Amino acid sequence: MNKTLKAFGVALALSSALAGMAMAQPTEVRIGVALEPPALDPTAGAAEAIDIVVYQNVFEGLTRIDQNGAVQPGLADSWTISEDGLTYTFKLHDGVTFHDGTTFDAEDVKFTFDRILSEDSVNAHREFYEPITGITIIDPLTIAFTLDRQIGRFLFDLGRGDAVIVAPESADNNANDPIGTGPFAFVQWDKGSRVVLEAYGPYWGAPAHLTKASYVFISDTATLTNALLAGDIDGTNNFATEALAVFENNPQFKVLVGTTEGETILSTNNKRPPFDNLKVRQAMAHALDRQAIIDGTTNGYGTPIGAPFAPHNPYYVDLTGTYPYDPEAAKALLAEAGYPDGFSATLKLPPVAYARTSGQIIASQFAAVGIKLELINVEWAQWLEDVYANKDFDLSIVSHVEPFDIGNYANPDYYFGYDNPEFQALIKTLNGTVDEAKRKELAIEAQTILARDAVNGYLFELAQTGVWNAKLTGMWQNSPIEGLVLRDIAWTE
Amino acid sequence: MILFTLRRFLGFAATLLVAALVIFWLLDLLPGDPAQFILGINATPDSVARLRVQMGLDVPAPERFVSWVWGMLQGDFGMSYTQRAPVAELIWARLAVTLPLSIFAMVISIVVGLPLGILAARRRGKLLDTAIMVTAQTGVAIPNFWFGMLLTLVFAVGLRWLPPGGFTPWNEDGWASLRGLILPSLALALPQASILARVMRTALVDVTGQDYIRTARAKGLTMGEAVWRHGVRNALLPVLTILGLQFAYLVAGTIIVENVFYLPGLGRLIYTAISERDLILVRGATIILIVTVTATMLLTDIAYALVDPRLRERSTP
Repeated sequence: MNKTLKAFGVALALSSALAGMAMAQPTEVRIGVALEPPALDPTAGAAEAIDIVVYQNVFEGLTRIDQNGAVQPGLADSWTISEDGLTYTFKLHDGVTFHDGTTFDAEDVKFTFDRILSEDSVNAHREFYEPITGITIIDPLTIAFTLDRQIGRFLFDLGRGDAVIVAPESADNNANDPIGTGPFAFVQWDKGSRVVLEAYGPYWGAPAHLTKASYVFISDTATLTNALLAGDIDGTNNFATEALAVFENNPQFKVLVGTTEGETILSTNNKRPPFDNLKVRQAMAHALDRQAIIDGTTNGYGTPIGAPFAPHNPYYVDLTGTYPYDPEAAKALLAEAGYPDGFSATLKLPPVAYARTSGQIIASQFAAVGIKLELINVEWAQWLEDVYANKDFDLSIVSHVEPFDIGNYANPDYYFGYDNPEFQALIKTLNGTVDEAKRKELAIEAQTILARDAVNGYLFELAQTGVWNAKLTGMWQNSPIEGLVLRDIAWTE
Repeated sequence: MILFTLRRFLGFAATLLVAALVIFWLLDLLPGDPAQFILGINATPDSVARLRVQMGLDVPAPERFVSWVWGMLQGDFGMSYTQRAPVAELIWARLAVTLPLSIFAMVISIVVGLPLGILAARRRGKLLDTAIMVTAQTGVAIPNFWFGMLLTLVFAVGLRWLPPGGFTPWNEDGWASLRGLILPSLALALPQASILARVMRTALVDVTGQDYIRTARAKGLTMGEAVWRHGVRNALLPVLTILGLQFAYLVAGTIIVENVFYLPGLGRLIYTAISERDLILVRGATIILIVTVTATMLLTDIAYALVDPRLRERSTP
């Protein structure tokens, strides 16, 4: 008995020593992420979890978005835009291969976009690329896109996960065996457990510092905390703010606080009374104490916003003062709108911590001005059906996480039902404008209209709060696009 | 005996068919559209509609039910909506974690629970008996996710002897896979071992008062020998029943433990599939669980009849 116990102890000690050695290995990284992607093809699904694993790691587009949100050359070395802004000619990088060894050339680019635009395309953002009317291969490394109208953000849209270049030989299997041109090749996916990527030797660009990266799927915050503390994973890109204190003063970890593209809003059904009344929406805006919401929901991480626009964007204008927190003004506006005693409404909350918590805070802030909210918790799938697809809601709370999604407000059929021809015309002009200064002017005007009309309650920009091993460098602090780019991550001593 | 087995088997098949119908129908009522889920909140209605057609969701429900059952009879569980992989393959991969986990937990609870129960019964009314029963009572009351967290804090975060969770595939490093299952199976086994100890003790205390024990003692056996040779075997009957039920409970209990230890098991698969409205996967996995549970019941019934001839005779007309 004693002997076996001893043997067991020795075995345990040995194996933990072995584990320790593996940890000292300086070229591998294990990253904890909350959500497992349903599939790994970013051109056939919108889930952020897909981009977290593959965007700019396994797959690349003609352009790529850098950590400041700017457009950089990707598989296209350079491009020219015709005078009328309708023809883009791309010079492709020479000597690029896909991870299965096939060569990348203009044929693959044409294939990728034909696939996005085809009749049975399941790309989540086909509409971004719909203005493309012609794709001409000039030579194997030169390709021209013809558009039927100017698109101001065409180069950015080409850098999205939806437009990464795939090969005709492998595209059909990308959901489970993704083959791209990126610095990391897909190795294996243990479903429910992890995805393993390995540096791709013949990569055309600067080689990655890491040789191997694993994404480990851990949905529970307490479990993730333990896994970080035990050294089982080396970091996570977005950790729950309520438990961040565990790592803030721990010298073995660093906490990276940055911005995201997630504008958290109190979505309002503008077609349904009383929310069709501007005065009511203004009253609600005056009733919101943003700082209190941020403090209570995310422990103070996040930036108040006055319009659905990311504060780190160069076009951003601070509009939080449009309808400042003022319960008295809110009551007065409600009385003017014909609701001196307030009214009752429902608030449907999806299953994310920021929504469930801020929902309760908003309910109490609204109660102070006479608006009684009934909180209804729903699952994501149910939220998508009830709120998003069927527009059966009064109010909801959700974060819109895509870059530059202000254009949704120009769609009168979008779920908040905002129908303003002036704004629609403005967005149309903006989309067709290429000149930077002019674009900025138009974007500011657009934000101002949305703030003035109080279409939704604009709450705060979600913060990105990463927790990483203190010896890791090169992680993106901000998240200007969905993804977790491994390119620059390295171990230091 | 054959007739008995046959009758039990027919009951088993009928249960499955009814279960299949209920599962299909209930999940069809659930609000939420898998296509919308996949494409997210900025997708155009056109894209969603195209995906629905691709996934075969535009077909009427009765037709989908028939083709689903027909497929399963031929071993084809269909393709997962969100993961785009065969359902059978996905489930099979997860069983490689959930089955060993349940079996380990089962073995631990038997190895720990039964001897403790016997010991407590032999020392009935003594301090040891009280100590064991108080511990067992606590074991039943502690939720296994909490116990799991505690184990992680001590053995993974504190001592760093074992991984805090995760799972290495068996074919990669069997020893690492095994290590990954130690803490979760302990967490799962604790309440089961406690229940077994209590049941074993009660059953043994019951038989110790029986005439045949006194006869055995009169034959010259010591109390220990009498209990061991004649008592324990008779006391095993109720324990067997509990064991059968426990296995079903264990397989279901893995859902929580798999989340605490982020193990890629069946429980977590079902949990995510429900939230993603991957209905075909949920249905397939649920059917497999029902088959496992009802088959265990069937086997328990048969084992029961084998141990106790009276049962088998009574149920034969």
